[in-house]
Amino acid sequence: MSKTSYINRPNRPLQIYAVLFLIFLYVPVLFLPLFSFNDSIYVRFPLEGFTWRWYIELWHREPVWNSLMNSVKVGAATSVIATALGIFAAKAITRYRMPGRGPIVGFVMLPLVVPGIIFGVALLVLLSRLGVPLSLYTVAIGHMIVCLPFAIATLIPRFEGFNKSIEEASADLGENGWWTFWRVTFPIVWPGVLASLLLTFTISFDEFIMAFFLSGTEPTLPMYIWGQLRFPQQFPSVLALSSLIIFVSFFIVLIGQYLNRDVQETLVKKDT
Amino acid sequence: MTNDAFISVRNVKKMFGSFQAIENISIDIAHGEFFSLLGASGCGKTTLLRMLAGFENPTSGEIYIDGQPMSDVPPHERPVNIVFQNYAIFPHLNVRENIAYGLRKQKLPRAKRNEMVDEMLDLIALPGYGDRKATELSGGQRQRIALARALILRPKVLLLDEPLGALDKQLREQMQLELRALQRTIGITFVFVTHDQEEALTMSDRIAVMQGGKLLQLDTPTGLYETPHNREVASFIGTMNFFDGVVTAESGSDLTIDTKGLGEIVAPKRQTTYGVGDVVQVAIRPEKLQMADAHDPEAAHSVSGFLQNAAYLGERSHFYVTIDGVERPVAVSSQNINGSGTGFDQPRKVWLNWRKDVAVVL
Repeated sequence: MSKTSYINRPNRPLQIYAVLFLIFLYVPVLFLPLFSFNDSIYVRFPLEGFTWRWYIELWHREPVWNSLMNSVKVGAATSVIATALGIFAAKAITRYRMPGRGPIVGFVMLPLVVPGIIFGVALLVLLSRLGVPLSLYTVAIGHMIVCLPFAIATLIPRFEGFNKSIEEASADLGENGWWTFWRVTFPIVWPGVLASLLLTFTISFDEFIMAFFLSGTEPTLPMYIWGQLRFPQQFPSVLALSSLIIFVSFFIVLIGQYLNRDVQETLVKKDT
Repeated sequence: MTNDAFISVRNVKKMFGSFQAIENISIDIAHGEFFSLLGASGCGKTTLLRMLAGFENPTSGEIYIDGQPMSDVPPHERPVNIVFQNYAIFPHLNVRENIAYGLRKQKLPRAKRNEMVDEMLDLIALPGYGDRKATELSGGQRQRIALARALILRPKVLLLDEPLGALDKQLREQMQLELRALQRTIGITFVFVTHDQEEALTMSDRIAVMQGGKLLQLDTPTGLYETPHNREVASFIGTMNFFDGVVTAESGSDLTIDTKGLGEIVAPKRQTTYGVGDVVQVAIRPEKLQMADAHDPEAAHSVSGFLQNAAYLGERSHFYVTIDGVERPVAVSSQNINGSGTGFDQPRKVWLNWRKDVAVVL
């Protein structure tokens, strides 16, 4: 039994705990796709039979497509801007010795822990004071606040993962700060940028509270779902829509993680 | 600034917060010189090198390169290139792209650029490596790529920050010779930072020994080894025996010194300003002491002692001889000429003989 050392010897109770944990985490979510294929408008057992009906109905519904496009627009704008800001913030945080760095980082990361409802109300008050009409733009502003900490948190390990002497080498070889960024820094952090784009897009796409407070007449997809919940006969197609969203979000985040997978290796390599 | 100084460091000080990294250093480096900055870690040698490269600015003082003051010149506009300790190879580029990195501004046709890179690959003895990924290279190969990447820009000065530190012993010794030969071939000024005194002695035209941000001595390898100016340099470079003494007489270029253990000896005065009555130290290198079974009437000085320990090192042996009145055993080194081990079995009584001009007064 030389293959299993003390440290990686299987621990039966912990394995059972892990399996139970995953079951409780995902079983509720799995009910959505399950009932979205059920041939009944009532969500209850026993299942009545398999059907594509709700998905087909969804396909032909105009407002779904509209709100989907709204969410994609907001998500695209949010992810690009939040990631761009995140790149600058992560570079500043990792590269410059600045006074009060700790508090500044904490401040930037604060939206992670401040309840969305508080930010939503605050922004709503501010925007209405300023006389800004609610629209998809205001939703995007709210989403940027929510997404920026995620972008920064995704990008910081990338920036920390390579030695600053690589940037110095570029300067030494005749490139100014701007060219050094484009020829060295950006290509090296690129996987992190992609991961950040995908993650922030997903967060914005799924976000409800900010959109609830800040959207005007054009709903995002979660807003649309929220609106449909009032109509019992629509519920199965809401389940179908939710199932699709879960699947797509899961897929996008997985891609992001995959692209950014070697960040750990880089962190290890830095020390050698 | 003297006329032939290519790099001139004038009264440079560097503070990091309240920590003084460099204390008022002035150094002139000639064109085409292989110049080393030698010292233990934290002595300020790398800080000085980074100031030459432009990554740090002097707190006061000025650095001139080729007659131009460098204060307001950013790294990317300086006529110097650096080889980093960790080589800083761009991980996202292949070997060819790494070497050609600095050529962008020259807007050369692709064929010309490839030709230059191939020339460099030949120079560093890695022909055909252009399409390798930078991350697939060994330490020695990376080191050469870093060198080629800097040299392709034909810098006036090449700065090297402990470039051989990460290599194993054999490769390091090979690269020392190659670097030295390369420097002679292309004839540009090398400023080389190292903490390895042997490496500095092997490669350099002149060496600046630094400690605690101060310049201890600037000299040729021979000068540093044979006539160190102070105890720090004497003990940092090689091994040295020290004897306490008092100057009792002065005659022309010689000092007569009454030393504990060795008795009254004569040593050359050299650059020192010691006079009668001064407390001094006499330093003698282990290999300058000749150990024998008897007193040598030819030698200027002789002292008897007791051979305590011997260490056989192959090419030579180290002996430790206790002498009455001398606190630490005296180190003696001799070549193993006769092929039968150290030639001395211990413990036994021995005589140490030496010529008067090998002693250094500190």
